[in-house]
Amino acid sequence: MGKRAAAIAGVSEWKPARRWDEAMFDLDAFARLGAELIDDSGLDRADVDGFCVVGAREAPALAPSAVAEHLGLRSRFNERVDLGGATPAGMVWRAAAAIEVGICQAVLVMCPAIPRPSQQARDRPQTSSRPVYMGGDAWGSPQAQFEVPAGLVGATPSYAMIARLYMETFGLDEATLAKIAVEQRYNALANPDAIFYGRPITVDEVLASPMIADPLKLLEIVMPCFGGAAVLVTSADLARRARHRPAMISGFGEEMTHRSLTSMPDLLDSPVRGAAARAFAMAGTTPAAMDSAQIYDCYTITVLRSLEDAGFCRVGEGGAFVREHDFRYDGDFPVNTNGGQLGFGQAGISGGMTHVIEAVRQIQGRAGQRQQRKCDLAFVNGNGGMMSEQVSLILEGA
Amino acid sequence: MVRLARDGRSIPEPTPVTAPFFKAAADGRFLLQTCPRDGAFFYPRARCPKCWRADWSWAEASGQGKIHAFTIDRIGHDPTQKELAPFVIALVDLEEGPRAVAQIVECEAEAVRAGMPVKAVFDLFQPADGGDPTPILRFRPAA
Ligand SMILES: [Zn+2]
Repeated sequence: MGKRAAAIAGVSEWKPARRWDEAMFDLDAFARLGAELIDDSGLDRADVDGFCVVGAREAPALAPSAVAEHLGLRSRFNERVDLGGATPAGMVWRAAAAIEVGICQAVLVMCPAIPRPSQQARDRPQTSSRPVYMGGDAWGSPQAQFEVPAGLVGATPSYAMIARLYMETFGLDEATLAKIAVEQRYNALANPDAIFYGRPITVDEVLASPMIADPLKLLEIVMPCFGGAAVLVTSADLARRARHRPAMISGFGEEMTHRSLTSMPDLLDSPVRGAAARAFAMAGTTPAAMDSAQIYDCYTITVLRSLEDAGFCRVGEGGAFVREHDFRYDGDFPVNTNGGQLGFGQAGISGGMTHVIEAVRQIQGRAGQRQQRKCDLAFVNGNGGMMSEQVSLILEGA
Repeated sequence: MVRLARDGRSIPEPTPVTAPFFKAAADGRFLLQTCPRDGAFFYPRARCPKCWRADWSWAEASGQGKIHAFTIDRIGHDPTQKELAPFVIALVDLEEGPRAVAQIVECEAEAVRAGMPVKAVFDLFQPADGGDPTPILRFRPAA
């Protein structure tokens, strides 16, 4: 079914951590991730002829050429992607599309998320911009003038407004949202790399955790941490020579309409709808055919809304869908089987890669204790900003 | 880097495009840009977001609106407003059509409801770097 031009042939994911003591520049992190992708795939370094990165803090301008130089590449596809949490999924389809049109054959898709070595030194440099503003503190930006003074900063208040509006519109109760966090935590208990490994939670504990922005509570919100992740996207021909079962990239879609929640055309109709519909159509498949769903989960409400807009159930029926299905890896509808970001941890920009990599692992049969009985088709959704940047992928075992 | 008021909170830094809005706001007037084809739009920008043309004009809005969605920020996600938490952040649908975001004031946080009619107010803050008092848009319950 669908596109058969490109596949994910190798993965690398660093164990997330709240503290990161190893001093490493982004450029060196790329070399390490590249080496790990070569080892995992069993392919040759000489096959690599492209890469996707967010940027490199040591090269605020001209980052791609700095990467090519640092990694000793003669590279034909040199891409910088800026889609927030949807960045990794957005990189994957860009690499696949470049391969399909014949630009290149093997693309390193790399997302390190580690502290800057200089920030580990005692003399912290003055930073002109705080990460929580996500660039919205730049002079002339609408956010700086109309959102920051209103307190609409970070992502949590925006998702909280979606959750509250959803509850008022469709009668969703807080325990149903909490069930998502609890089942993903169960999945994390089967993943020794997860930041919450060995720490089960109950619905009552989620409901009793501190309210951060009504109705979202602490245990419905991702834990920020450090880490890094990468995948090797190659032509189907190369992937067939790789060590593990290729995960074909058989469909993809991307859509966006807004940067800030204030300008979102409809708070209860996100660009997931268009992105996912095109991904399913391209792959020639449907939500009902998916063995696994790896859904970007910055918050519990993000999972519920994304499942609705992706077509797994109708808008307004997400609460019933969550109650009627078991999202655990051994349940009837496995979601975020490695714990998702809520259970595994959100290591910055690599947080959106964990969903891609977990889908690949399930397809390759490498998910260990949490391995699904059957996984040939997986839906992956990457979500950035305020339900704004949306990228859907259909991955399919070759 | 955000601009700060003397009390430490973030305040808007007007630009050539938004200066007329903030100048009127300092006098308590809510100006909206109106496109002859597409109607009112907000936030202020040099061209209409629907037709990308620049033949819009400023018109005074009623300041009346209804709360579409809201949350109570319990911790103050803006680092400059941590001490002000909890406060209500709301998306307000203006009578003229566009949507704005602002805090809800003169109302208990727990009493705020979606659909509640509200009225715009502009509170002035003294910039830490000097200059004219700068208005921040807020809404209070409509009488
Ligand atoms: Zn227009």
